Amino acid sequence: MAVRERLSGNEAVAYAIKQINPDVMPAFPITPSTEIPQYVANYIANGEIDTEFIPVESEHSAMSATVGASAAGARALTATSSCGLALMWEELYVAASNRLPIVLALVNRALSGPININADHSDSMGARDSGWIQIYAESNQEVYDNFLQAFLIAEHKDVMLPVMICQDGFITSHGVENILLVEDDQVKEFVGEREPEHYLLNPNETLAVGPYAVSSYYMETKRGQREAMINARKVILEVANRFQAMTGRQYGFFEAYRLEDADYAVVIIGSAAGTCKAAIEEIRNTTGKKVGLLKIRVFRPFPEEEIAAALTHVKAVAILDRSEMFSATSGPLGAEVRAALYQAKGTAETVNYFYGLGGRDITVEDFCQVYDNLEKIAAEHKVTDMYEYIGLRS
Amino acid sequence: MEAYNFKEIMSKPERLAPGHRMCAGCGGTIAVRGVLRALHEGDKAVVGNATGCLEVSSFMYPYTAYEDSYIHNAFENAGATLSGVETAYRVLKKRGKLKEDYKFITFGGDGGTYDIGFQSLSGAMERGHDMVYVCYDNGAYMNTGTQRSSATPQFADTTTTPAGKVSNGKVQIRKDLAAIMAEHHIPYVGQTTFTANFKDLHTKAEKAIYTPGAAFLNVLAPCPRGWGYEPSDLMDICKAAVDTCYWPLYEVVDGKWSITYEPKEKLPIEDFLRSQRRFRHLFKPGNEELIAEFQREVDRRWEELQVKCSK
Repeated sequence: MAVRERLSGNEAVAYAIKQINPDVMPAFPITPSTEIPQYVANYIANGEIDTEFIPVESEHSAMSATVGASAAGARALTATSSCGLALMWEELYVAASNRLPIVLALVNRALSGPININADHSDSMGARDSGWIQIYAESNQEVYDNFLQAFLIAEHKDVMLPVMICQDGFITSHGVENILLVEDDQVKEFVGEREPEHYLLNPNETLAVGPYAVSSYYMETKRGQREAMINARKVILEVANRFQAMTGRQYGFFEAYRLEDADYAVVIIGSAAGTCKAAIEEIRNTTGKKVGLLKIRVFRPFPEEEIAAALTHVKAVAILDRSEMFSATSGPLGAEVRAALYQAKGTAETVNYFYGLGGRDITVEDFCQVYDNLEKIAAEHKVTDMYEYIGLRS
Repeated sequence: MEAYNFKEIMSKPERLAPGHRMCAGCGGTIAVRGVLRALHEGDKAVVGNATGCLEVSSFMYPYTAYEDSYIHNAFENAGATLSGVETAYRVLKKRGKLKEDYKFITFGGDGGTYDIGFQSLSGAMERGHDMVYVCYDNGAYMNTGTQRSSATPQFADTTTTPAGKVSNGKVQIRKDLAAIMAEHHIPYVGQTTFTANFKDLHTKAEKAIYTPGAAFLNVLAPCPRGWGYEPSDLMDICKAAVDTCYWPLYEVVDGKWSITYEPKEKLPIEDFLRSQRRFRHLFKPGNEELIAEFQREVDRRWEELQVKCSK
């Protein structure tokens, strides 16, 4: 039987960590993810779990120690946000290229500057090329569920890649929602134990990790990482199926919400999808216009073909980015979704929006305007601006 | 610990295999072999390494020179990385997944230790992980071509503090890292280099490895390219460093400072400086005051150390 609770997103992740009882957690506090290591430290202090917590002196050391622990054969994880992730940057690449099945609880927050503590995706989007699997959540329930699936994906022998479980700072991390928790023994059985193949503390063989690889060898390691990312597609879905069998809750690469018959679609990541759903209901109920949503769950590996297939029948698509990449053309999600549609010879008009940077609010009304604009674009076959802003002060 | 027997110790199996690509006359390699020799035969270890000459020359894919498990992560995080390995060890032992005992030793040059990895080192030592951090101190960033570090002695000619028409080399005096580590109040800190019978290095390495808790070893490890000496002069240079008291041999055990070798006659600093190209400009006529200044700093530190050791 599932357990009904009311938890914040941070509590939900910490609770999942408690249920998994991993081996090692090095962490350094940063708003808004600070609560996660605090909760874990409390579980340890009260003897509820026997994970070893390392109170490191920086986020760089947090990921460095996580890399060391994971290479040694332990199930290791950490948590961070924003500048903390930026300080880990170098180590993100080391973790991925060493094929270490680390899990990172990322609470998305805007990168400096100016310094800002609220939600946007500039931290994880900046790390999108680091070789990590990235899974995003709309709600507290989703971030909890995603976290329970993370180690199974990361540690799969065909994958062996680190996984970032992302949620929106404050919006879900601190917002309290009703949540269904999986029972402890079910989690234990579902997640199991890490069974490393090659590791530093294997008494039967020695292992050397982190070589200097000259140009005759470097490229093949990158090809290997790509292969693992390709394999991850299948494994993510397999794990999701197992999770559904346990809980009844279904997950895929993305959620298609009222998309099947939609003429106009929004593509978005994270908590704002909830606001978008409210707008969709309002529009459909009041005007009958066919509007829908594609909410990305898995951004790395990027489900290009599946996204394009889900949008083939749509007349116009608005792709909403919660981070800049300063290409002066589009945001990261905008660029990739457009590329997917182009590759699939899609006919939908597309427009890219920036919204919610540094925690700027986005409302149901904003989404209604986006859908209005899509209708106009589809009718006129003309996109005036390739990218626009939502809620920008004039 | 058993009495030191040079012949016996030197006949132990090597844990750093030949075939690595370090230079002839490199102190770094000798430091690594010397420290690893202090591991008791049959004891398992995980060796860590900061990025540097040692790393790129001893673990070039697909070949490793290490007989033990080994991890290189990045330049500035050897302390944090090994603290993660050591913690994994404790939890795997605690959970009954591992029976064997392991020791944890990590190596970094002065770049990775005094400078870019200073925070990571300090954190690992303060947290008290059961590990040894060994700095092989060659007094500059040698892997990138002899740029100054905070371990570089004053007046040294480096590629970022070149001696020139209006420059006498590095302006600043060097950081005293072993003392800083001692101020972390960890159970063991040793400063050493290569002496004729290698006893000082061996004894300190053995103490560092087998003392429970965090330990730090600072090993003066000359670099023939960066310092400018003939590879065959390595041992003479180390001897001069010790006998001039430029590099005093001492240890701090549970807060108790003691000098482990006192030269019978403290030699003038010129005896250390003379054979190195990086100090050549100091011997030009008119630069006598620079050598005198160098001497005063050596004397001041030696006196300070003696005071600490007399307490």
